[in-house]
Amino acid sequence: MIITLSWLKNHLTTSANLSKIIDKLTGIGLEVEGVKESQGELSDFKVAKVIKAEKHPNADKLKLCDVSLGDNKIIKVVCGAANARDGLVTIYAPPGSVIPKTKMKLKVVKIRGVESHGMLCSESELNISNESDGIIELKNSEKHIGKNYFKSKGEKSIDISITPNRPDCLGVRGIARDLSSSGLGKLKKQPSIKINQKFKNPIKVSIKKEKHQGCGIFGSVYIKNVQNKESPDWLKKRIISLGLKPISAIVDATNYVMYDLNRPLHAYDADKIDQEIIVRNSKIGESFEALDNKTYKLKNNMCTISDKSGVLGLGGIIGGTRSGTELSTTNILLESAYFFPSSIRKTSKSLDIDTDAKYRFERGIDPGSIRLGLELGMCMILDICGGEASKFSIVGKIKDERPTIDLELEKFLKVIGFSITIGEIKKILISLGCSLKISGKKIKVIPPSWRPDIKEDIDLIEELIRIKGFDKISLVRPEKIRTKETLSFKQKLFHLSQRAVANKGYLEAVTWSFTDSRIDKQFAQGKKEIEIANPISNDLNVLRRSIFSNLIIYLKKNQDRGYPDISLFEIGPIFFGNKPGEQEIVLGGLKSGVANRKSWDAQTRNIDVFDVKADAMKTLLELGIEENDLHISNKTQNYYNPGRSGSVNLKSENGTILALFGEIHPAIVSTLDLKEKNVCGFEIFLKNIPEFKKKHRFYKKNYFVSEFQKSERDFAFVIDKNYKAGDIEKLISEVDKDIIKKVLIFDVFEGGNMPEGKKSVAINVTIQSMDKTLSQKDLDQVSQKIINVVKAKTGGTIRS
Amino acid sequence: MVDLRELIQKVSQAKNKLELQSLKTQFLGKNSQINQEFKKLGSLTEDERKRRAGSLNNEKQKITEAINNRFRELEKSEINQKLEKDKVDVTLPARERPNGKIHPVSQVIDEISSIFSEIGFSVAEGPDVETEYNNFTALNTPEDHPARDMHDTFYLDDNKKILLRTHTSPVQIRTMLSGKPPFKIIVPGRTYRCDSDQTHAPMFHQLEGLHIDKDITMGHLKGCLDYFVKEFFEVKKLKMRFRPSHFPFTEPSAEVDIGYRLENGRIIVGEGDKWLEILGCGMVHPNVLKNAKVDPKKFQGFAFGMGIDRLAMLKYGINDLRSFFEADYRWLNYFGFDPLDVPTNYRGLSR
Repeated sequence: MIITLSWLKNHLTTSANLSKIIDKLTGIGLEVEGVKESQGELSDFKVAKVIKAEKHPNADKLKLCDVSLGDNKIIKVVCGAANARDGLVTIYAPPGSVIPKTKMKLKVVKIRGVESHGMLCSESELNISNESDGIIELKNSEKHIGKNYFKSKGEKSIDISITPNRPDCLGVRGIARDLSSSGLGKLKKQPSIKINQKFKNPIKVSIKKEKHQGCGIFGSVYIKNVQNKESPDWLKKRIISLGLKPISAIVDATNYVMYDLNRPLHAYDADKIDQEIIVRNSKIGESFEALDNKTYKLKNNMCTISDKSGVLGLGGIIGGTRSGTELSTTNILLESAYFFPSSIRKTSKSLDIDTDAKYRFERGIDPGSIRLGLELGMCMILDICGGEASKFSIVGKIKDERPTIDLELEKFLKVIGFSITIGEIKKILISLGCSLKISGKKIKVIPPSWRPDIKEDIDLIEELIRIKGFDKISLVRPEKIRTKETLSFKQKLFHLSQRAVANKGYLEAVTWSFTDSRIDKQFAQGKKEIEIANPISNDLNVLRRSIFSNLIIYLKKNQDRGYPDISLFEIGPIFFGNKPGEQEIVLGGLKSGVANRKSWDAQTRNIDVFDVKADAMKTLLELGIEENDLHISNKTQNYYNPGRSGSVNLKSENGTILALFGEIHPAIVSTLDLKEKNVCGFEIFLKNIPEFKKKHRFYKKNYFVSEFQKSERDFAFVIDKNYKAGDIEKLISEVDKDIIKKVLIFDVFEGGNMPEGKKSVAINVTIQSMDKTLSQKDLDQVSQKIINVVKAKTGGTIRS
Repeated sequence: MVDLRELIQKVSQAKNKLELQSLKTQFLGKNSQINQEFKKLGSLTEDERKRRAGSLNNEKQKITEAINNRFRELEKSEINQKLEKDKVDVTLPARERPNGKIHPVSQVIDEISSIFSEIGFSVAEGPDVETEYNNFTALNTPEDHPARDMHDTFYLDDNKKILLRTHTSPVQIRTMLSGKPPFKIIVPGRTYRCDSDQTHAPMFHQLEGLHIDKDITMGHLKGCLDYFVKEFFEVKKLKMRFRPSHFPFTEPSAEVDIGYRLENGRIIVGEGDKWLEILGCGMVHPNVLKNAKVDPKKFQGFAFGMGIDRLAMLKYGINDLRSFFEADYRWLNYFGFDPLDVPTNYRGLSR
């Protein structure tokens, strides 16, 4: 909503200056978004006289004009307008000024070899009208030569953001009322109107009684013998200050009333109405051409203003071209009606129409403003265009749905924190237009008809504190007491795993929850696609089913930027259905490239499955899972390289899956055309991390270490190539749990002189007893036992 | 008799460990003179033997000491000789230690949680996919309410019943429905709106706050936010302004502006004369409480919502919202946080 100070002062007597008004507006919830020097840049434009206009020496269609601003100087301007002629008073824009229409800044330029110092303007160039045929011709303006054309210099327009609950402030008067209520002036009385309205409105109006009827009241006045014309300057300027274009006196007057009182009006060319006005629901298939020059096909039950021939317009939304007013119009029907917000909203959404009237009606127009709107509109038209007005015809009636609200004095104290007196309540609410009945501490309030937002006591409390000022509320310092843990177990896991993985060299990415279905399907594991009905683009059309979907896109982008060795991770939701809750938190890491690229002392090597295995395992340990409970297997998913990936399950192969790790399937890497083909990843499924019933410290065994000598023995077994290293480790550690403290595979060897299908595994075993130093004999016995068990269980032999 | 001085001198002149070893055999070994002398002891009288043995032991000890001293000297000079040759250029690059980083949004969520933890809020969550009811209707925003237009909503179905939450407020409803008052929660989370340009991203992060109890007033709301904003921006003095506004789910509603000034193109939050809007808040609307099965006659309180990404931008001088979500290696490295830099109350929120 844009207002100017002078317009505001039509409704408000105030001595406050602009900055005070701006502060107050913001203070009472009418947020000032900006103040524009609306006419400021226009102060460059001067009234000027063309002393002499002659043909340009080098161009047939151009003229070279001598322009005077009333002093002795002659300004040379090249002009292309046909009407540029000797003696014409017009508007001159000097170099440096900005043309409102094109936003172009003028410079001194040579046009066909002759310098032009500025230009002469058309109405269209100054955004005054669409008239672009020739330059402006000012009549009787000799005395203004040299002066600013736009006289209202210093008139600033204030841009106010009106919240959807305040339709009344979509009119200047509503804003003036709020300001006066807050003590910044006095609201002026609306002038009373005395017009001789002798004849009856000759156009019959009826509102059809039917279900879903969107119109409650239809008021109208017939004005005959008008002479439509351009609006006078004062009206044009007000219309321009709103950011609108002046069209004709009749249209400008209806717009003026809409912005002045938040009372939309519509003017019909009465001669184009076929017999009578019928307000009725549309039927599917009906159509009409609207004033935006589009043809709308209507569905059932849209509120139309029709005549005998068909639809004229959509009530409260947009009028039609068939009955539109023109400069030649002589008889008009002026409409002031009430349409129900829900009907307006439904129709405009369905047809995708947004107009000023629609915006207002869907927020709620004062049903009590019908007569006032007709009066003001009629007076303006009669003033400017002449003519004779009929009596008002007002058809229809709506129920007064304003509630009577019980307001208890204590309620304000209870919600806001300090008390208010009955006197203050009375003063504020009455100034806002409420009617009050007070008995003791009980107050009964009926809100004004222009405030559909006031329905219950809390709405009144808001009005009271809004007008009193939020700065009156003194703050209560928060107490530093905590009765509940800040984070749940899962939330702690989230934060811990996030920092654990970052600490392993991964950069945390935050990417969209939606992704490109073509990439998502690579990682989807057959889960159903979750489409977004209205995506912002085709490559963000589904909710991600894997944490890798976006991460790999961004990995690729970074590779393309020239960073092949990169580690990224994200922790966030992935989705497995389109119902609330069908999502889980997953941490995914991706790593590409090599380790030790260009290193002076270390071998460059491809990063591989064991890098990501280490990252996944270490993270799980850091999350509090015991190493013994991590079971590794080569079970995997099809987006990993089948031979170079695995899974970590809780306790056994069939335990819940804690993590997956491995090299990303080369087919996916190739499909996505990644520059660096060597890509590994891991995923940790946070929902599967078990929550301990007791604190970790209670699970720890008592601290007990051996004081006796520890020994190490190395073994090398030749075993079947497919026998898993992890299984041998487990096998050996279980040979004698009391004294075998650690089993470590330190070499694996295949080929060479190994028999076909076999491999050599070198194992280091740490042996230590809790109660004695083991003798040579003891050690030999354990070693033999290890050899025997390995042989029995794997068929492997000790390498001599 | 052993010539002790001569022996010790020889030892001290040994040129290397090998020579020293052979001197040791010569002077202390089986066939050494001193050993011979010890052997003779048996033939002496007891008195004689005691005296002689004492002086022999003394001599032996001195020789041993001399040998050990010389050994240490030789070793030291050997090490020094070795060190003379063993020099590296320590200005060569150190071995790679990869640097991970925490995303600014995550860091700021940790900071916020730490601040609110101090005054007794706990962290609640809700799903990203929501029902139209929880996201709008239950929050006092019925179907034909114009406020719905302010949320450009992503829908998952054609009937517009299932959507991506446009704010974290539906978690208010979920939290209240699943428990009993009092409620004191914050909800950081992902939120979605389908507009995308320089200053809007289709996904962003919000922080919701809700405090419901028997006598929570607007004064508490002001106090809570005043505390939070000062702690978050780590300033003692801060201008703050509550402006009346409108949200369907709170009444009275307010928007909060903080003071700032510009310094070298950066926003400095505090006492400057410009205003910057940072959050919306208000007293929870009785209809919302009713929809969440909380009796508005017995309980009342406040709620607030703010943009986490924007808070991060303000605090850490990040200009472009969209860059948050582009995972550019250079950006993450530049604006990311060291994983060990965990915001806490006692070690400080930020470095």
